[in-house]
This record gives sequence, structure tokens and C-alpha cells, in this order.
Amino acid sequence: MKKSKLLMIVGSFLLLGLFVFPLWNITLEAPQYPIPLGMDIHINKFVDTHEFDIKNINLMNHYVGMQYIPETISEFKIFPWAIAIMAALGIIIGLFGNHKLFLVWFVLMSLLGIAGMYDFYLWEYDYGHNLDPKAIMNFKNPDGSVMGFQPPLFGTKYILNFTAHSYPRTGAYFLFVGMLLTLVAFFVGKKEAKA
Amino acid sequence: MKTIFKSLLAITVVSLVLSSCGNGGSKKGSQGALSSSAAEKVYVAPGEHDEFYAFVSGGFSGQLAVYGLPSGRLFKVIPVFSVDAEKAYGFNEETKPMLNTSHGFIPWDDSHHPDISQTNGEIDGRWVFINGNNTPRIAKIDLTTFETTEIIEIPNSAGNHSSSYVTENSEYVVAGTRFSVPFPQQDMPIDEYKGNFKGALSFISIDPEHGHMDIKFQIRMPGFDYDLSHPGRGDSHGWFFFTTYNTEEANSLLEVNASQNDKDFIAAINWKKIEEYVNNGGGKKMPANYAHNVYDEDTHTATSTMKKEVLVVDPSDVPGAIYFMPTPKSPHGCDVDPSGEYIVGSGKLAAELTIHSFSKMLKAIENKDFDGDAYGIPILSYEATLAGAVKQPGLGPLHTEFDGKGNAYTTFFISSEVVKWKLGTWEVIDRKPTYYSVGHLMIPGGNSRKPFGKYVLAMNKITKDRYLPTGPEVTQSAQLYDITGEKMELLLDFPTIGEPHYAAGCPADLLKPKSKKFFKLEDNKHEYAITSEADAKVVRDGNEVHIYMTMIRSHFAPDNIEGVQVGDKVYFHVTNLEQDYDVPHGVSMIGANTSELLIMPGQTETFVWEPKQVGVWPFYCTDFCSALHQEMQGYVRVSAKGSNVPITFTLDGDAVDAE
Repeated sequence: MKKSKLLMIVGSFLLLGLFVFPLWNITLEAPQYPIPLGMDIHINKFVDTHEFDIKNINLMNHYVGMQYIPETISEFKIFPWAIAIMAALGIIIGLFGNHKLFLVWFVLMSLLGIAGMYDFYLWEYDYGHNLDPKAIMNFKNPDGSVMGFQPPLFGTKYILNFTAHSYPRTGAYFLFVGMLLTLVAFFVGKKEAKA
Repeated sequence: MKTIFKSLLAITVVSLVLSSCGNGGSKKGSQGALSSSAAEKVYVAPGEHDEFYAFVSGGFSGQLAVYGLPSGRLFKVIPVFSVDAEKAYGFNEETKPMLNTSHGFIPWDDSHHPDISQTNGEIDGRWVFINGNNTPRIAKIDLTTFETTEIIEIPNSAGNHSSSYVTENSEYVVAGTRFSVPFPQQDMPIDEYKGNFKGALSFISIDPEHGHMDIKFQIRMPGFDYDLSHPGRGDSHGWFFFTTYNTEEANSLLEVNASQNDKDFIAAINWKKIEEYVNNGGGKKMPANYAHNVYDEDTHTATSTMKKEVLVVDPSDVPGAIYFMPTPKSPHGCDVDPSGEYIVGSGKLAAELTIHSFSKMLKAIENKDFDGDAYGIPILSYEATLAGAVKQPGLGPLHTEFDGKGNAYTTFFISSEVVKWKLGTWEVIDRKPTYYSVGHLMIPGGNSRKPFGKYVLAMNKITKDRYLPTGPEVTQSAQLYDITGEKMELLLDFPTIGEPHYAAGCPADLLKPKSKKFFKLEDNKHEYAITSEADAKVVRDGNEVHIYMTMIRSHFAPDNIEGVQVGDKVYFHVTNLEQDYDVPHGVSMIGANTSELLIMPGQTETFVWEPKQVGVWPFYCTDFCSALHQEMQGYVRVSAKGSNVPITFTLDGDAVDAE
């Protein structure tokens, strides 16, 4: 088998790591939480970093009127299918397609990824801004607007007494490396076609 | 006249100088404890943890206090034998049965000798046992929750003092009587004590998995006072040693009449032999009446069962199982070294410390080297079991612990000091004063095969001027010495609760990882537990009203209750719905004739309120739980008896009718 095909197949296969490992993690640190509160985001569920963390995040957040983190969201139905189909498609392309299709797959996957991130941002924005008007505590920004509590999409942010960290986890690395391999597969395939 | 005046003046001056010298001396001594190196040794920086746990008996407080060593900081007072309004122990419906006895509910006792469970002669940190001295009981404290989970009453016993020491594999926790009494109890003249009163030594088996206690057998010993005890270990595993005094069998003015014999005894009991006898159907079942109280962690509730029978063994039933070793002058402490070879008897009125040898004892038994008998129990010849004596060690020896490096440390009550001496050579190595009149001492693991010989904790009987005065009653205190060097070094004084008798210590790492953070709601099997606000309800049953209430930051559900009447018996069954570390909530009701409840996450507790006046009465959270703690409150409307106000209960105006 050609090297490019192998890379394409392996790269696509790595996507399946998302079924095992969490994609993302949000961790909240505060003086009263020497063991921080955390939530792992999988493609199909939210999971406590330590038992009952989500319950306790909800309890914290109700003071500023944030909604409870739902048991499930509609994305959890779509994401597993999207990943499974893309992984299968990638493997099929790897077996039967050429390097141009590899690039098509990569671009499609990138678009899906960006769409996923945008969707995540929208959810986060809503989560951080759609506050209960009867909230126990209200905070205003220096400009007078209502303070939001949106966690960062990526990186670290200070929100009142909490330091919120939002970073990729093992599942995301599987995705990144897998996608990188398919891109490499394209270039290798291109070289092989010239030869 | 002038001369007399002059000499009086001279005497006054001399005594002033002398006394100020004396003061200077003692000041210097206490400044030693403040020297920078001592301070560094006991300093545990903010946020850092101590190296050892110390479980120090609360004495006449009836409780068990948990300290950190070397800092001497107090972490928790575990309620054991006395009610504790702070924790609702003995006040809430769940723990009232813990303090039940054959004499009914008793709100207090005198706690003495904590001992940690052992496996293969080493402390294993599963449970700590402690004795109630006054109304004889043994308690078991779970070291994952640091709560009392079991108490068993000891029948036929009185002044439960030679207790609660644990055998090498936690087979038994042992309870010995200080007072001999009619056995079984009966109405008889006190002066017929001699020969008729008996002393019960109780062997309480410990279930290896749950630690449940059960009196396996009681030995009906002669009517002496059984003062202290320790298990054999290593080769002497299978034996137990008890000091006795009042072998004179006096029943009045004991301070004189029980101090007449030149030697009393250490009783050596081959419990393995008696256990075998009992396992083969030996012993006599005698009627008895004693309470066995067990706290269940899943139901968060204690139950009390009255037991009606106890198995009694007379020494004459099992020949060759019990011997007496003569020991000078009313021995108090009875301490066994880590190897199990040496048994130290501290004759509290004797001029020297007596050390018996276990191997010599076996040989004396084999050679029938007897010096008569007492009530049929052979008395071994004094010289035959004697390993040696520490000469002129101090005045009033009480207790000895070991560092595992061949040294022993004995406290001297009268001369107020700790004396370090060497096992085998019996030479005194060092002595350091205590402030003042030390009783027990403790080296973590010092009552095991493997002591952690870094510190010794001396627990004092008298405190006097060591702290800021607080009126006639001053604090109790303990002192910490560094024993890593050839000479001991006083590091720290710290106040303790009650009177610290014995203590048990262990490395922090043995307990830290398994200390429970909270109770899981899903495991809560309490009869009146509810696991969500949606299940909250108020139910009337005749004149009883049961409120199924929840608490979570920062509100009660329900928080408005109507339909209660004067003369009702209102049960608040309150469940803490939190599932986070260190988020307890409290609850208290105005006018309730009981304590608050302090409820840990995932736990349910119940208090009873019998309203006597109509009105609208508030209740509130007593533990500052969150920024909105002050808002955590509610109201109960109390109507006149026979009123037609229906039972309703609401949260935020969400009304639900119960009837």
C-alpha cells in the first residue's frame, strides 16, 4: 500500500479516539476550591472531573443567575455521527481515492471543526450571558453593561473569584494529529503522483 | 527583740533570693521551649499538614480530641460518651441510642485510654477504641469519618479502667474492672467484700471487617482492683497483662488499707488458651443486661439493643491460663515493649521500676516456680520472672512507652518528670521535668511492635501557671518532647480538653488518604431521607408532624410551613443535598428544647420540636454556608390546638397541599 493511503487511513482512524477520550475541558479555580472544579466535554456528554463537580459548578453559578449545565445538548446527538461518518469516509477515501480527495476530506473536516467550535462558542455565550433576571447577584462592567460569565473558548480567563481554564484534552489531540496526518497524506500523495 | 527582728529580716531576704532563683530557674526552663530551634521543630507553616495524628482522651469531658503533632493544633473533638450540642450528638434522634445503657440514657462519661486497631502488631488506622470509665463501656470510632460508630456496655464491671487495649491483630479489645463488685450484682453488706466481690476482665471480640464488638467472654477474677493492662506482642502474643492493686481486698479508706501489701500482682492471662476453652463449649452463660449501640453509616442512625447474656469463665475452669507476677507497691502502668519480652510494672509507691521477662515467666511456669497461690491462681516467684529493675528512677512511676530503638520512657507523677532509660541495662539515660505531674505519655505507635520514635507527648495532671490564668479552673495541658537525640528536648506546651489521660498516635499518611469527604446521597438509607426538593413534604400523623426537609445553598425546602398546632410533636427530618467537601448546613428552631443539627453533605438528621405557643416561628441555618447564609431561613406557623388551618408547605410561593 502506498504511504499516502496508509497515512490517510491512519489519520482518519485516529478520529475515533474522540469516542474514548474527552475533547475539551473547562476547569474553575478559586481560593475555596483547593481541588478545582472541572468538567470534561466529550463528543456525546459532559463528565465531572471529580465526582459531583458539575453539580457544584451549577450551585456556584446560580448566584449570578447562570442556567444549569444541561444533562445533554442536541449537539451530543450530532457530533458522534459526524465523527463516525467522517472517519469512515476518510478510511474509504484512503482505500479507494486519490490525494485530491484527501484534501477535500481535510477541508471538509476543517469546516466541520470550525462549525463545531462556533457552535460551542454560541452555547458558551448563551451560557455566560443568558442570566436569570432574578439572579441573586448582579455585576456590571465598567461601561455599565451587564457582566457576562462566558468561559473562554480557549485559554485562561478571570471571572470574579474564579480562574477559568479552557483547553483541549486527549480526544482533541487525536483529532488534530489525525487531521494533520491526512494533510501530510495529501502532500505525500501529490509527490507519489508526480513520481 | 532587735536580734529576732534582724534574723527574721535575714530569713525573709534569703527566702526571697531563693524563691526568685527558683523562678529564674523555671523561667529559663520554659525559655528553652521558646528557643528558635524548638520553635522551628513544631512550626507547621500555614496550609501545611502535621506529621502525626494524636488522639488524646478527653478525660472527664467524655470525648476524644484529635490533635496534630508536632504543632499541637486541635482539629476535632469527637463526641463519644458525652452529649455534644454542637454536633447534636445525643440530642438528635439518630444518635440518642448511642448513649443508651442498662441504666437508661446517660449524657456523660469519663473517657480514658484510646488505642488504635492493629494488624500484625502494627497500628493499621481502621478504628480507635476508647473506654468509658464510670458506666463501663467501650466505644469504637471509625477513622474514615472520625465519628463514634459503636458503644458496648460491660456488665459485671465498675470503673472500667484497665481498658481499652487491643491485641496484636485486633482480635480483642479488652476491658478490665477497677472496682471489684458483687458478680453478678446483688444486695449485700459492703464489709463482706473480701472473697465475695469479684473483678471482671472482659474480652470483646472485634469483627475483622466491620469492627463490630461482642463480648466473647468475661473472666471472673479475685476481688482486686485491675488498674491497667497491655497486650503481649511477638512471642508474648496470646497473653494479656493486667496490673492489680488492693490485693488486700479493702473496701474502705483504700489509700491506707490498699497500700499494706509489699507486693501486688501483674496478672498474666493466656487469652488464647481461654479462647480455645470457650470455643470448645467452655464457660458458663450468665444472665446479664447490657446495651450494644451501633451507628449505621448508610441509615445515619444508631440502634440500641439490650443483650441478656454473657459468657463467664472462672480461673479454676482453665488451669494453667492465669498466673500472678508479684510486683512492688500497687503497680499502675503495665507496659509491654515492642519485642513483647519485657513487661514494665510501675509500682506507684515503689522506689524502683520492676521489669518482668516474658521468657523467664514461661520458664517459671514450666518449672512450677510458685510462691503460693491466690484464690487458686499460682503466684510466680518474684525473682523467677524479674528481668531487672531501674534503680532510683524518680518518684511515683506511672506509665512507660517505647521508641523502638531500645529505649523506654517512663513518667513520674510525684517528681514530675519523664525519664529515659535503656531496656536490658536498665540504666537511666536522661530525665526532663514536666509541668506538672505527668500522667500518661504517648509515642505514636508506642503501644505496638513498630513505634515511630520521634516525639513523646506527656499529658499532665496539673497546669498551674503555664498559661494565662482563667479563674480557679485552668486549662489541661500536654507537652511535646523531641526524642530523636540522646537527650530529650522540650519543644512545646499546648492546652487540651478535659483531662488528657492516655493518647494514641499514628503517622498522618495512614489516615489522610482515606478520610471521607462527604456522604453520598445515593447511599443515604435514612428512613426519612429525601434526595430532591421535589420530594419535600409535611405529613401529619395524629399529633405527630413529620417534616421531610432539604437544605442546599442557600435555602430550606420547604421554608414556609403552616398547619402545625400547639401540642404537636414536630419532627424535622432534614437532608443536606450538598455533595461537596466541607459544606455542612445547620438548622435550629426557636424554642426547641434541644440542640441544633449540624448536617454533613448527603446526611439526614432529625430533631424534635414541641411548640408551646401560637405564632409564626422562624428557623435558620446555623453554619455559615455561603454568601447567602443569612438568607437561609424559614417560618413555621403554629395555630391553636384543634385549629382548622390545613397543613401546607411551600418554597417561593409554590404551594402544595398535603391533605
